[in-house]
Amino acid sequence: MKKTFRLFTVALVIFMLATLAGCGADYSDKFVIGGIGPTTGTAASYGQSVRDGAQIAIDEINAAGGVNGVELVLLFEDDEALGDKAKSAYETLMDNGMQVLIGAVTSDASIAINSLTAADGILQITPSASAIEAAANPNTFRVCFTDPLQGVSMANYAYNTLGYRKAAVIHNYDDNYSTGMYEAFIEEFQRLGGTISEDVSFAKDATDFNAQITKIAASDAEFLFMPIYAEKAAQIVITANEKGVDIPLLGGDGLDGILNYLTGDNAKLVEGLIFLTPFISTDTDPAIQSFTQKYTEKYGKAPDQFAADGYDAVYLVKLALEQAGITSPDAVDNAALVAAMTQIELDGLTGHMTFDENGEPMKDAKVAKIIDGVYVAQ
Amino acid sequence: MQMLISTIIDGLNLGSVYALVALGYSMVYGIAKMLNFAHGDVIMVGIYSIFVCLNANVLPVPVTMLICVAVCALLGFVVEKLAYKPLRSSSSLSVLITAIGVSYLLQNVALLIFKSDRKFLQSFIELGSLKLGEIEIPLISFVIWGTTLIIMFALDVFIKKTSMGRAMLAVSEDKGAAQLMGVNVNRTISLTFIIGSALAGVAAILYAAKYQNVDPYTGSVFGIKAFAAAVFGGIGSIPGAMIGGFTLGLIEALTIGFLPDSLAAASDGVAYALLIIMLILKPSGLLGKKRVEKV
Repeated sequence: MKKTFRLFTVALVIFMLATLAGCGADYSDKFVIGGIGPTTGTAASYGQSVRDGAQIAIDEINAAGGVNGVELVLLFEDDEALGDKAKSAYETLMDNGMQVLIGAVTSDASIAINSLTAADGILQITPSASAIEAAANPNTFRVCFTDPLQGVSMANYAYNTLGYRKAAVIHNYDDNYSTGMYEAFIEEFQRLGGTISEDVSFAKDATDFNAQITKIAASDAEFLFMPIYAEKAAQIVITANEKGVDIPLLGGDGLDGILNYLTGDNAKLVEGLIFLTPFISTDTDPAIQSFTQKYTEKYGKAPDQFAADGYDAVYLVKLALEQAGITSPDAVDNAALVAAMTQIELDGLTGHMTFDENGEPMKDAKVAKIIDGVYVAQ
Repeated sequence: MQMLISTIIDGLNLGSVYALVALGYSMVYGIAKMLNFAHGDVIMVGIYSIFVCLNANVLPVPVTMLICVAVCALLGFVVEKLAYKPLRSSSSLSVLITAIGVSYLLQNVALLIFKSDRKFLQSFIELGSLKLGEIEIPLISFVIWGTTLIIMFALDVFIKKTSMGRAMLAVSEDKGAAQLMGVNVNRTISLTFIIGSALAGVAAILYAAKYQNVDPYTGSVFGIKAFAAAVFGGIGSIPGAMIGGFTLGLIEALTIGFLPDSLAAASDGVAYALLIIMLILKPSGLLGKKRVEKV
């Protein structure tokens, strides 16, 4: 019995040593950037884009000699956009020596790991979690706009740039993304002096939008604001066309990709649609063109806004490391990195940005317009 | 006023699709005494079959429609044969659970084949719209109303006048006695399913023409509402399903159209609240027959 126990112990020790060794490559001479996002599951494309976009930035930086002479490495873990998976992904990354976290990609997963990153004090930059709470802690920053900020930006754009005064709004009342943007839009548009002519909503599983469109058709609205995702917007646009509603259409970044749903003759229905988006791969800006080219060569498809968010997040880490004067992976000081974030300024793919102490980006809104069936940056 | 008329037309449009789906529910329940929860999903499969045919772009539209009805009828036949027939003598609860199982199975198969994102169809019935003063009525509406009414009357006549229909009635009254009178109960119930599923095919065509989109859950979302409509009208009654469908559609459109927006968001809630009140007042539904259980 005793012998068996001893044998077992030995076996266990060997197994544990083997697992430790299995932790693999040694990154002790590099700055280790961790990434968390869904690379499988229904939200997989978001995580993959962030990972791939970030990798392009890492390759660029390393090719140019690294940060303060030290190379960067990206370790990316899948969270399937689930909070629990994100937590264990975070633990895995910390075990592997993560020094800065880029993630999580989705709002719920980000919120789930916020308390862990706050306890460790590690710098957390989420590329794309747009819910307000996702960047609530002092050590969390975000690259993308919050949902409400999108609403505010589009209200300003509609009122000031396009000169509209009367809005119709349709939103999805059981979706946080939609209600967040919707409420902020209404408040800002009215504050500017505009009126909301018609304000209708629908539920997540709605399939019929005729009654809502009838109301909008009877109103004197000059444009329709749709703070919703492209899939529902495509259905609404088809109904609107049937009812002869042809006022201009506006929306947030959820409308990106709407042309994927409207094929053939239906593509004409969204001609002239304007939506807020931080990134359009066809933008003529040279930095964006260079990124698009590298990304397309490496991954065989055009980058989306998530890829650009991931790319910018890596450059933010680079700037923060430089600003904090960290020259060795052994001397990474979390507090100094977090403090550096509010002092840096980045001309990123998603715009020129600085950060306030709440971790929110201050950057200009960019809009895209659909002209002749393609997205054109404005 | 114009707004009221437009909204009523919206409600009738929505209601006629509910009615058509509810007809299928009601007929199968009325005769086979089972709730076929997979009915909505048969419609979903029908819409996907239209999607595939339209994308192949080689078949004329009428053939596409025929294929849709055929696919649905065949699916109804197969599902009945494999899933429901072996349970003919089991408790109605096990058949109900099986129906729910079939519903999930169809959804998941669609999910596997077509993925979860919504597919948009090319418009295949172009009719334009009728302008009455300020009000625009899409002509497709008349097609939908007409089809729904014609099918309702045809079904009623079929059940009351043909021998096959009378066999169905007999089975619905008393399976055992019908068998003794020489009615082939099994075949009658199978036929009921095939007709019900063919109706689902017609509903699929009208849905596809009107909404031009489909995802794997389209059927179940619409199915639940149509089921509520069937219960409202008195499940088992064919004119009841019709009235139930139109009522539910009208309530939904009118609550969205005329309640303040904060309440309009709860239009489904309002519709179901009315359903509950209705069932409290008249438990067998609007046109439902009260059955005396024989001991």
